Amino acid sequence: MGNPFVDGFIKIGFAARFFLAVLWQSGTAFRRFGLIIREVYFSGVLSLVIILVSGLFVGMVLGLQGYDTLQRFGASEALGVLVSLSLLRELGPVVAGLLFASRAGSAITAEIGLMKATEQLVAMEMMAVNPVARVIAPRFWAGVISMPILAALFSTMGILGGYLVGVVLIGVDAGSFWSQMQSQVDLYQDIGNGLIKSVVFGIAVSVIAVFEGFDAPATAEGVSGATTRTVVTSSLVILGLDFILTAFMFRGI
Amino acid sequence: MGPSGNIFLLVHCNVNFPDQLLSERPCFKIASPMPPSAQIVPAPSLVEIDNVTFAYDTRTILKGISLSIPKGKVVAIMGGSGCGKTTLLRLIGGQIKPSKGEVRVAGSAVHELDGDALYDLRRKMGMLFQFGALFTDMSVYENVAFQMREHTDLPESMIRDLVLMKLNAVGLRGAAHLMPSELSGGMARRVALARAIALDPMLMMYDEPFAGLDPISLGVIGQLIRQLNDALGATSILVTHDIVESLAIVDYVYFVSEGSIVAEGTPAEIRASQEPFVRQFVGGLPDGPVPFQYPAKPYADDLMGAPRA
Repeated sequence: MGNPFVDGFIKIGFAARFFLAVLWQSGTAFRRFGLIIREVYFSGVLSLVIILVSGLFVGMVLGLQGYDTLQRFGASEALGVLVSLSLLRELGPVVAGLLFASRAGSAITAEIGLMKATEQLVAMEMMAVNPVARVIAPRFWAGVISMPILAALFSTMGILGGYLVGVVLIGVDAGSFWSQMQSQVDLYQDIGNGLIKSVVFGIAVSVIAVFEGFDAPATAEGVSGATTRTVVTSSLVILGLDFILTAFMFRGI
Repeated sequence: MGPSGNIFLLVHCNVNFPDQLLSERPCFKIASPMPPSAQIVPAPSLVEIDNVTFAYDTRTILKGISLSIPKGKVVAIMGGSGCGKTTLLRLIGGQIKPSKGEVRVAGSAVHELDGDALYDLRRKMGMLFQFGALFTDMSVYENVAFQMREHTDLPESMIRDLVLMKLNAVGLRGAAHLMPSELSGGMARRVALARAIALDPMLMMYDEPFAGLDPISLGVIGQLIRQLNDALGATSILVTHDIVESLAIVDYVYFVSEGSIVAEGTPAEIRASQEPFVRQFVGGLPDGPVPFQYPAKPYADDLMGAPRA
């Protein structure tokens, strides 16, 4: 019974040491900032479409559902507050994190896994270039840099979607929509905490994606298994960390 | 004057000699070929594998193997699949450490080197992987320029000259703008060869360079291996199981079977050898020291005998 658990622990331990190695080599990666910029393009910019479109739709649904519930209590002017707080505190970081893990995280895992399978990483080692510094660390930092920006864009589009549905379509008063939002949403409590969450999720997703790619067995099944594991593990870790962070941030536990 | 009276001139083309870079000729003069009988003084060894044992988990792959690669020669290490040939290359490159024994390259024990020293050593080695292992996100030009950009501070104009020289040496100067996905197998391997010699290494290692190539590409790669070795004044180790191509170009052959050396010699000695393993390998005979039948119980018993327990 103990074998899978022991293997799991060994893997977590290896992942932790790998994470430290990535951090250690990050100095070299930052000196070659062009590499990181390139990876930000591949991870972040190419995820923009899915993030923006999803953000818009999530915001629109929030507007619809929020209005439906609030108007039962005669509180439909609070729609702006509902939409923006839900997005900034929770949905923005979490959903953007899940989408980022499935689009960019799986792409990073597959790319690194395939580089390992075609011996490119070994070739780099034999040419006296550390693959962790040259290939892995830029992708990790690109994920960490992109994630908060993508979460912020998601929330923005969501609020816009909520405005389109609530004010433009349904007819909630525009003034109360925005002014209630402005008074209720706090810069440090809500936006700041959302930002902290997205940074934490970014680190988690990037570490998992990069590690699974590096650890993937050098076969087709190996790479496909690693990609699946990245998405599943990242999603579970995001949701778990979300609970922990929310408990600390918003309930003062 | 050389040891046996032949006059030879070896000029090492260092990246610090700009005028030599501008000429089309390879920037070395080769040692005039010495007849085997005149080689009284053996060349010093560049690589020494000294009684090395290597085990992977529970499987012992190399059992107390010893061989040496003399400087300036092309040496082939041959054997069946899974006999430990690629493991030897990995030991020389420092990717794995031997369980027992020593691997020495240019006098220093590879497994005792720390990170920086190991990377210094690797900069003097070039390795050609079985399917090229080109970096797929970069063009051919950038692949060959990779080591120069990482390890030297040369200006782009000089790097361009060097890259085009190396590509010209393998015959692919016109393909510099292509991406690796647009190359055929033989071309990819030639580009990988150009990349491996980018910094003029003293030791070249080839992992199955002839695997899966058409006859023309086979001939091309074989000739390139020999000519580049002589032009660079380097030492080459060829891990292969291609008899015809390798016996035509190498100076010495080691046969590895089940983790130890079973035969060795010059190509002429190998062709004339009566050693059973060598005869089976060179002749491509199905049965011999390496058996045809996987271990099983006697045939008659299997067909006629009692139902299986």
